[in-house]
Amino acid sequence: MSTAETAIGTSKAMVLNMGPQHPSTHGVLRVLLELDGENVLTAVPDIGYLHTGIEKSCEHKTYSQAITLTDRIDYLNPLGNNLVYCLAVEKLLGLEVPKRAQYIRVMMVELQRISSHLVWLGTHALDMGAMSVMLYCFREREEILKIFERFSGQRMMTSYIRIGGLAVQTPAGWREQVKRFLDMMPPRIDEYEALLTENPIWQGRLKGVGYLPPETLIAMSTTGPGLRAAGVPFDNRKDFPYSGYEEFQFDVPTRTESDCYARYLVRVAEMRESVKIARQAMDKISDDGPIKAEAPGIIPPEREKMKTEMEALIYHFKIFTEGFSPPPGEAYAVVESPRGELGCFVASDGSPKPLRVHFRGPSFVNLQALPNMVRGQLIADTVACIGTIDIVLGEVDR
Amino acid sequence: MTQLANANAGVVVEQLRAWNAQAIAQVVEYRGETTIVVPRELLRATALECRDNPSLQFNLLSDATCVDRFPVEPRFELNYSLVSIPRRDRLRLRTRVSAQHPVVDSLMPVWPGANWLEREVFDLFGIHFEGHTDLRRLLLPDGFEGFPLRRDFPTEGQR
Repeated sequence: MSTAETAIGTSKAMVLNMGPQHPSTHGVLRVLLELDGENVLTAVPDIGYLHTGIEKSCEHKTYSQAITLTDRIDYLNPLGNNLVYCLAVEKLLGLEVPKRAQYIRVMMVELQRISSHLVWLGTHALDMGAMSVMLYCFREREEILKIFERFSGQRMMTSYIRIGGLAVQTPAGWREQVKRFLDMMPPRIDEYEALLTENPIWQGRLKGVGYLPPETLIAMSTTGPGLRAAGVPFDNRKDFPYSGYEEFQFDVPTRTESDCYARYLVRVAEMRESVKIARQAMDKISDDGPIKAEAPGIIPPEREKMKTEMEALIYHFKIFTEGFSPPPGEAYAVVESPRGELGCFVASDGSPKPLRVHFRGPSFVNLQALPNMVRGQLIADTVACIGTIDIVLGEVDR
Repeated sequence: MTQLANANAGVVVEQLRAWNAQAIAQVVEYRGETTIVVPRELLRATALECRDNPSLQFNLLSDATCVDRFPVEPRFELNYSLVSIPRRDRLRLRTRVSAQHPVVDSLMPVWPGANWLEREVFDLFGIHFEGHTDLRRLLLPDGFEGFPLRRDFPTEGQR
């Protein structure tokens, strides 16, 4: 317990335990707050309540089996997790993915970005006391989940992106469904903005709250919308393009205020950009074509081939009993997840199981900046700061 | 994926060699990624040079992680992924740490963002970071015994 100077004399600081069961911590985050009245003196985040040892489990699965685990890291961005893991393993293998599969990947992760931002917007508005926005956001998110279900058979843990390509061919009628969604989305974003952007309560809760200068954010390794809201246009899709992003036209929205309100504006603008990218990707995807790389022994053969070709049957058996072995070496793949730089480090020792799989979760790293962000602010602002960092505890704890 | 060799890699290696030839024990080029193996004693100084040299400008520490190559000695390989936002470049620094003396200089004075990344490695691999201001377990409870991401720690846990 420390003492603090206030206007009416010296007061005792109080330690308050916020979480792990607290609705605005979005899961099981515990923050130890040292308070002087309503003002936060220090904040110490305590994490690990959702630690499930995914990285350790990956070491005891074959490269293909580990994909299902990656879905569960950042459960609002399963396709992005699949993608980064597959990019890392493909890098290790030196595997070229067909263009068509790359475009479908881009379209899917952009839809995923919209859905993740929708969940963020809805829950954050709920934290700030705006109930109805959540209902609108989840209504639109449902449409995205229906698209995922059509493509992969799963709404959330899709495991749709596989090493060397995709799990299954595009379903019938997908183009109309995606198009309908993309046409619907921009006016819906206008609706959210009509509810929030000029709303005096919303502005009052967010403007000027949680300011950090860009130098501090970079020093604290913050990436994603938090960094872009401070005026640093760092986006892996532009700076280190992957999966064909260099062929797409889009802007990287930035703001300079670096407060919670700026982070909100950046995320809303990103949703509009994602609609643009998904539309371009949809136009680039041909009606017919391969969705898997040609790599016997690594990519499971087509069902038809297995019935007619001896080699295909042998490869199929070997892939599912033994797995495949990338040459020894390390690879680090990076994608821009809705929360920032999502990295995947894979080390191979030449055996069918990875020597090490490590995920650099953006919410894990971004959460480090919380103590700096809330120092000297009110308890209620802590909720706003946690919200606009946009943490997913599954990814923080892994 | 046909990866072109990183065009900037030569410049980075030249700059670092001009600064201190001893800092570069080995340069690994693999799949378009450059890894510089640094002696353990020179890690922090090299990191500082990477950050402050105007033609390197690696201002963001993206990731820090460890690979356990048990039973090879030195068994631990620490990998630091650096990003230069102004130069749009990436680099990996690597240093090797033995099981007898698993201690390495913390990079917190260089990039404060190393805080949790190093705490995670301490928590799961049992490597000590000299100069870290808050080296406690991060993901696991305080009383936990052992370091689960070491290769000799059983996947089903210790009974």
